[in-house]
Amino acid sequence: MKEIKTDTKEIISKERMIGLFEKNREGLFMTDSEFMSRIRKDAMERFRELGFPTTKLEEWKNTDLKASLEKGYGYYLHPVIDVDVQKVFHCNIPHLDTAIIAQLNGWYVSKDVPLMELGNGMILGSLAEAFKEYPRIIEKYYGKYADFTSSGLTALNTAFAQDGIFIYVPDNVSSQKTIQMVNVIHHPESIFLQSRNLIILGKNSRISLVHCDDSYNQQASFANIVTEVFIGENASLDHYKLQNMNNDSTLISSVYFNLEQAANLESHFISFNGGLLRNNTRILFNGKGGTANVRGLYLMDRKQHIDNHVFVDHANPECTSSELFKGILDENASGVFNGHVLVRRNAQKTNAYQGNKNILLTDTARVNSKPFLEIYADDVKCSHGSATGQLDSEAMFYLRQRGISEENARMLLMYAFANEVISKISIEPLRLRIEDMVKKRLRGELSVCEHCVLHCNTPERPLEFDIDVTKI
Amino acid sequence: MESESNKILNAFTQSEYKYGFITDIETDMAPEGLNEDIIRFISEKKQEPAFLLEFRLKSYRYWLTMKEPKWANIHYPKIDFQDIIYYAAPGKKKIPGSLDEVDPELLDTFNKLGISLNEQKKLTGVAVDAVMDSVSVKTTFSETLLKLGIIFCSFSEAVKNHPDLIKQYMGTVVPYTDNYFATLNSAVFTDGSFCYIPKGVRCPVELSTYFRINAANTGQFERTLIIAEEGAYVSYMEGCTAPQRDTNQLHAAIVEIIALKDAEVKYATVQNWYPGNKKGEGGIYNFVTKRGICKGNNSRISWTQVETGSAITWKYPSCILLGDNSVGEFYSVAVANNFQQADTGTKMQHLGKNTRSTIISKGISGGNGNNSYRGLVRIAKNAVNSRNYSQCDSLLLGNKCGAHTFPYIQVENKSSIVEHEATTSKISEDQLFYCQQRGIDMESAIGLIVNGYAKEVLNKLPMEFAMEAQKLLSVSLEGSVG
Repeated sequence: MKEIKTDTKEIISKERMIGLFEKNREGLFMTDSEFMSRIRKDAMERFRELGFPTTKLEEWKNTDLKASLEKGYGYYLHPVIDVDVQKVFHCNIPHLDTAIIAQLNGWYVSKDVPLMELGNGMILGSLAEAFKEYPRIIEKYYGKYADFTSSGLTALNTAFAQDGIFIYVPDNVSSQKTIQMVNVIHHPESIFLQSRNLIILGKNSRISLVHCDDSYNQQASFANIVTEVFIGENASLDHYKLQNMNNDSTLISSVYFNLEQAANLESHFISFNGGLLRNNTRILFNGKGGTANVRGLYLMDRKQHIDNHVFVDHANPECTSSELFKGILDENASGVFNGHVLVRRNAQKTNAYQGNKNILLTDTARVNSKPFLEIYADDVKCSHGSATGQLDSEAMFYLRQRGISEENARMLLMYAFANEVISKISIEPLRLRIEDMVKKRLRGELSVCEHCVLHCNTPERPLEFDIDVTKI
Repeated sequence: MESESNKILNAFTQSEYKYGFITDIETDMAPEGLNEDIIRFISEKKQEPAFLLEFRLKSYRYWLTMKEPKWANIHYPKIDFQDIIYYAAPGKKKIPGSLDEVDPELLDTFNKLGISLNEQKKLTGVAVDAVMDSVSVKTTFSETLLKLGIIFCSFSEAVKNHPDLIKQYMGTVVPYTDNYFATLNSAVFTDGSFCYIPKGVRCPVELSTYFRINAANTGQFERTLIIAEEGAYVSYMEGCTAPQRDTNQLHAAIVEIIALKDAEVKYATVQNWYPGNKKGEGGIYNFVTKRGICKGNNSRISWTQVETGSAITWKYPSCILLGDNSVGEFYSVAVANNFQQADTGTKMQHLGKNTRSTIISKGISGGNGNNSYRGLVRIAKNAVNSRNYSQCDSLLLGNKCGAHTFPYIQVENKSSIVEHEATTSKISEDQLFYCQQRGIDMESAIGLIVNGYAKEVLNKLPMEFAMEAQKLLSVSLEGSVG
């Protein structure tokens, strides 16, 4: 295939993206169905109006994309694979059997076939392939939940969406195997990439999904990823999002969850590393009696920036949502938490909780916390709590008094702080692996390396505390 | 219980505003509209020095470049700033020396409100500076206070008698460029109160002012300036009730507080402007900028507010904690019933070391009312060892009302602790049942629960105000449970 790319040095701008779209719409998108071309056209129209977000928008007040956008990136309209796929995707969560589906630079990487149809009716694979193979499913779900009218980045993604991951779980199917979606960014140049994922869970179905974003080298990148998740009636999704990117990467991940009646979502956002990470999580209760638990843990240092935006739309009665985001910020890192719970007029018997706790380890680290509640129904229980501080000096004293070195005591307290989120991870091998990662991260031993989160060839030596914590 | 409570709800939402009456006094008015000539007219009427006219004109010119803010969670028809009378003074031009000289009709108005200047003067020991339509009518106790060196007078008098203090402090806490409504106020303010407590003096009485909006279609633009010198203490109260009107009235006030080293200022408000009728027609638009600065070390500013009135409340009494070890406090009860909208809260800017702030906000929403808490707590990099505790609770009393919380928390150092908690829930059915079971009727039970809920804040009010506030709360809310 002829290589279509634009200059690497060029900054990302609204004009560049509009130009790129106009220039390639005939060649690239001509195979689109009528449905797809209409969505692309509408999304592009909206992007022309909205452009890239600036700090003038309330939603982006504390996260400035300007510097990231101006770094200069190449943009590819076709897959670029110049590494040995086998080498990149070695999964090694000890004792965890997963079905891996992988993306490299936003494109689906097929070892065998682009779309796998499993015996139980589940379909896993490339979204680009699904556009062709399953137009009826696509038309029913695609673009219905990721609202591009209010977000410039989602509009841009919708206009350009070419590939990503597609998962379809039919009604009444439960998968024993954990599905692992790995998105690796690895390119000799700086690239701007956009990928799009669509995940559909039919009625009464149940799956566990581990979704990783990793970078494989130290090259700068800008990723704009949109994921739509439909959770059908009484279905259940156990979702883990792990992020371990290099310090020059910018990752904007927007996940739109749609929960039908009595659907259940457990979601975890674990951010270990990244230059600028922004997680937009939007949860819509589209039926009665849904439950959503969203937890997050971020461990940031250097000049890293993390921004977690969680919007929960209680559009229907008797739903329960709970958010807990905890972060430890070191050196010059900055963290943002923006939770917004909207309880609409008819959403009676709503239960909602938002929690955000931060530890600042230096005077140069910063935190912005905005837990918003907007409530229009009366029979509700909603609360939020936000606390920012440092390690408890009394707890520290207690440990020191018992002969534990200051550094170890600090580690122990930080680990205990993080453990509130980690302990909720229900897949045991994954929990153990993340526990280990957190310990390493806290000791500064885990930097982003070619051996990223879950596919280490040579797992580093397991880390132990200097003292036996079980005896304290 | 459902229908029972609905009945009570209807009974109360249909009750008319008790304080709605119009006093028929001749007023001296400026023509409608706003331009530089009107500002010159106001300034001339008030025989102001040149620097003040300059300040007004500067503000007006800046205002013309500004846009009306849209970020608040409130909705209202566009205000036509050319359709407002910016100056209206009661017909009497002479400042009365004693109560006998005050217009009997005016005195009667205050009596209807239950505040007799006479009685207050004699019995309660409260000096009342009654502001009626922008011009101070009566200042009591001034002479007593004067002996201590305390200056407590109307803003115009202060301009005449203490221009240096005005020049030195006015606009230092709320600059004329601050926000749309503050800038408007800076251009057209007519009167207000001025209070100066000299070094080391503890003001022996609670200072109090009553603002009233009277003549139809006159916006009221007060400006209050309180200065507490080193080691001084003052407790200041402001309260308002307004007559019933059909068209919306604009109220854009400014309050500035300056607390120097070791000084303490307590500022309490009971606000009961006309909230509009049960269909949401009429009512006061209340856009107020209140800000205090703890300039010296160990200074302290405390805001307490009970907001039951106004169709729209847009108000964020704030503290700039500049001095080391300074303390800022904010206690608020805000009620939004019928079609009232309240967007209120506070800003605590921690700049000095070891600064502390407390925020207690209690929102109560009923009918179609919408109540928002919007607050900022910012701990700057140098504000080491600072501490903030915020608690924002909302109580919902109907299925058509709304309660919202928009806290902003920014922390920029590692030694400070910021805690924020908020809850939103409807009035507890268990508590209602418990009371009713013991023979307390629905209505009293709700009054009891709501008063208990707001107690933490009401306790912070000076005695005289606490009584009034409790009554007000019951009147505004009794029984509005869904």
